Amino acid sequence: MPFIANTDAQRQEMLAAVGAESVEDLFANIPPELRCKGLDIPPGLTEQEVRNQLAGLAEHNSSGLISFLGGGFYDHFIPAALNTIVSRSEFYTAYTPYQPEISQGTLQAIYEYQSAICRLTGMEAANASLYDGGTAVYEAIMMSLRVTGRRKVLVDDSVSPIYRKMVRSYTSNLGIDLMETQSREGLPDRKAIADQIDDDTAAVIVQNPNFFGCIDDVTDLAEMVHARGGLLIVSCYPISLGLLKTPGEMNADIVVGEGQSLGMSVSFGGPYLGFMATRRKYLRKMPGRIVGLTVDAQGREGFVLTLQAREQHIRREKATSNICTNQGLCALTSLVYMSLLGKQGLAELSGICAHKADYARDLLLKIPGVTIRFPGRWYFNEFVLNLPMAADKVIRGLFNRGLAAGFPLGRYFPEMNNCLLVAVTEKRTKEEIDFLAHSLEVML
Amino acid sequence: MTPAELHFTEQHEWARVEGDVATVGISDYAQNALGDITFVELPIVGAELAKGDEACAIESAKAAASIYAPLSGKVTEVNEQIEDDPGLINTDAYAEGWIYKLRLADPSQVDSLMDAAKYEGFLAEQGDH
Amino acid sequence: MKLIFDKSVPGRRAVRTTDAALGDAIPIDRKMLRDTPAELPELSELDVVRHFTELSGKNYGVDSGFYPLGSCTMKYNPKVADLISQLPGFADLHPLIPQLPGGEVMVQGALAVLSETGRLLSEICGMAEFTMQPLAGAHGELTGAMIIAAYHKHKGNEKTTILIPDSAHGTNPASAAIAGYDVKTVPSNADGVIDVNALRSMVDDSVAGVMLTCPNTLGLFNHHIKNIADLVHSVDGLMYYDGANLNALLGHCRPGEIGFDIVHVNLHKTFATPHGGGGPGAGPVGVVERLTEFLPTSVVCAHDDGSYYLDYDRPKSIGYVAPFYGNFAIVLRAYAYMLMLGAEGLLRVSENAVLNANYVMAKLKGHYDLPIDAACMHECVFSASRQAADGVRAINIAKALIDRGFHPMTVYFPLTVPEAMMIEPTETESKETLDAFIDAMIEIAELTKTDPDQLLACPVTTPVGQLDETLAARKPNVASLGQSENGDD
Repeated sequence: MPFIANTDAQRQEMLAAVGAESVEDLFANIPPELRCKGLDIPPGLTEQEVRNQLAGLAEHNSSGLISFLGGGFYDHFIPAALNTIVSRSEFYTAYTPYQPEISQGTLQAIYEYQSAICRLTGMEAANASLYDGGTAVYEAIMMSLRVTGRRKVLVDDSVSPIYRKMVRSYTSNLGIDLMETQSREGLPDRKAIADQIDDDTAAVIVQNPNFFGCIDDVTDLAEMVHARGGLLIVSCYPISLGLLKTPGEMNADIVVGEGQSLGMSVSFGGPYLGFMATRRKYLRKMPGRIVGLTVDAQGREGFVLTLQAREQHIRREKATSNICTNQGLCALTSLVYMSLLGKQGLAELSGICAHKADYARDLLLKIPGVTIRFPGRWYFNEFVLNLPMAADKVIRGLFNRGLAAGFPLGRYFPEMNNCLLVAVTEKRTKEEIDFLAHSLEVML
Repeated sequence: MTPAELHFTEQHEWARVEGDVATVGISDYAQNALGDITFVELPIVGAELAKGDEACAIESAKAAASIYAPLSGKVTEVNEQIEDDPGLINTDAYAEGWIYKLRLADPSQVDSLMDAAKYEGFLAEQGDH
Repeated sequence: MKLIFDKSVPGRRAVRTTDAALGDAIPIDRKMLRDTPAELPELSELDVVRHFTELSGKNYGVDSGFYPLGSCTMKYNPKVADLISQLPGFADLHPLIPQLPGGEVMVQGALAVLSETGRLLSEICGMAEFTMQPLAGAHGELTGAMIIAAYHKHKGNEKTTILIPDSAHGTNPASAAIAGYDVKTVPSNADGVIDVNALRSMVDDSVAGVMLTCPNTLGLFNHHIKNIADLVHSVDGLMYYDGANLNALLGHCRPGEIGFDIVHVNLHKTFATPHGGGGPGAGPVGVVERLTEFLPTSVVCAHDDGSYYLDYDRPKSIGYVAPFYGNFAIVLRAYAYMLMLGAEGLLRVSENAVLNANYVMAKLKGHYDLPIDAACMHECVFSASRQAADGVRAINIAKALIDRGFHPMTVYFPLTVPEAMMIEPTETESKETLDAFIDAMIEIAELTKTDPDQLLACPVTTPVGQLDETLAARKPNVASLGQSENGDD
């Protein structure tokens, strides 16, 4: 039997020690009428058979498309050294560091990860990870309710529609007043937000760059929210922070985001990485595991899980969150990625993405009938094009040329049926971008 | 030794009543059960509390608990010292480890609380002392 | 102590991702850019590799040694599963592809994995349909609680409460609270299982459901489970199964056949996906037929010709609990594992898991107090009360095990047992490993009487000794901020 070490002879010895005749005796406490009659599952496969079968399934997927898809999840280059490090079994076959003395590897790595996230986002304290960028937005909302004691939250529709849908699902039973504000010309509409903000507003949530790829300076929104005693939550794209002004510099209170672009494959939906960072004064209201530095009896420095009194295993129904297992290995992955790229490397990578996107945008806008949806905005590596026909049709046509040309926005924004969201990363070569432009022109 | 002038709740809060002002803290038994206190979220000055309301929260490395109002009243003062040094609750639960003060709505409510001797009896009954 | 940042040498770098020449200024307004780059490490690739190699040496995984954490099921993680998850056909597949027109045909292999895994789990658990979306066990509990809420809302039932045993894991009440419920705790009886009489007095029309772990966190199977289910169903409440302990029942008992309506399984426990130092995991949720309409969207379905598609048209669905289809690479690993085991392999898992735990229990029972002296299932719970009377508590026994080369069992859980020590060996451990652990535990029990001070000083063989957790919580230091450490807000 795969993975089972004990032989029949050893099992006999053990049964004798237990005082049972057969293994069946050990299940005697399950009444016979509750016993399963048998599983309708085929016999087990060997390792070779499994590999062949699943390799076959892998080939049934078109992972080789030239991809200009983004929407929060990006195809970035992953250095080989990253996988070597993260596959070390002492990291990936360990569990939550409940016994700190034999988990200093994991604990120090999480502390360094927390530190790296703070440095990247311009904030002061981060947690050990949440499941993904969407649950991170939800947790930030709950945190803002705890901090302010209020029940109303404003989310701009320039925040990912996927995340907005997740947040609506999670908060549906909580009696929270969740309102969406309509963006204008690609950015949060300051007047619309000002009209909705009141003394019961716990938080305003925006994204930067937003789902349309537009960059914003939300320092003025922070001021607006703070004047009414609320918090500003900003969801962001970590690679962009190699270049862009940080949410910390804009006076955000809670920063969240999706960390997939920091060294994780897009992997058809996960695992991903939700990160959260905040100001020092809100530290005790932050959900999730947190690692802290301390000393032992001999004064040697070491790391422990701290502030656990907030968590589910102590607070139970009054916990800040129900999270237990989080995304530990993904947090490690992002730390290793940020270390391999480093201070200069991330800034440079970020610049390359911006340049390539700029090149792509210029080229595509030369095509007759193609215009930029939100003129006069600054972009990082993603932008929305207006096409002279339904974006859906264009996508279908370009699939035949091996291109995933972008994401048609009509699916989430009904008035934008002719709009295409195009993302460009450092992995897209000049030839690939030229090919996209040429193919699009031919199609139109 | 449990100070004789104090009154106690079954949730292990104590109150020292002087005229219409009560000083509130948690008992020695409670601080011992919680372990090293790491944080107290102090009540808000000016808050109106009814007897039995949750007044504030207290945390230790391994536990968390709520502190209730033993009597009805308005919070007039909080012990800011324990924000920096929550360990005072462990070392001196009945004096320096006080948590907040209440201006009492009805000082006669103190009759509903246990006196020191009764509280000690209560603990003995619980079998935990 | 040198953090990775402390090792930086200004100007040093590791990886360059592309040779694209830059030259020109960034095509974004200066005002939108950060003033200085993020203070990330400046190291060579070798520096980085050495740093993390050193850290890994201060860690302990299942591959290092015995790891008997109770209810965590730290079984061996098959390496073939990792290999498969890295195939580019899976790893490089963008999740938005099937949401593009004509995109579903491009991801048939991936949809097959999701669908087939769901089918296998449905068969194993006796459920009608599974969703792979929940990203961890607690996330599955939340999804389940949300489904309970949706069911009652659509039926117009006024339900306010969920009942949870006192021995339950903290994620249960925490998850129920997020779904908007009040939580009431049901006591255990002297046999260590939920007190059916107490439950009977608590089940009324306000009860939306009951969340149970079976066998429970003491490793005990409650043979009144069918009565409990009938009781809960009599007020139109739903029975929720926390699958943390499924390793005891695989192939022998199916939650759907003993009265449960909703199930979550932990792929990182029962189905051998790696624990990762705290995730990622996955907590797929299965439901009986009458609840399938509430499952989160999208749902992977099959056309008559066998091809797969994603169904978003579910008006009563609870919505999205994950951004896409779940932690796909984790689901894929679990699928590979289930394929390798087959029906017989799954049966052997629970048999060996239960035998291993009973063996440990039988050998240690003379040396430590057993709160419940009855056959256990895949885990056993001892109390260190006897040793605590001599000054050696469960935590000290745990630290003493560390010095003897073992990861300790879970201590101080479940909360219903004083000085609790919860041991789950799992089926992948050999008799020799169990014997070595048993010998160490017996030695520790003896030292409690002859030389307790030696035990209280443990661990002494580790890079650090017992750490001051009080200090860490009173004066939290949770990040090294670098230059910005001085003078931020």
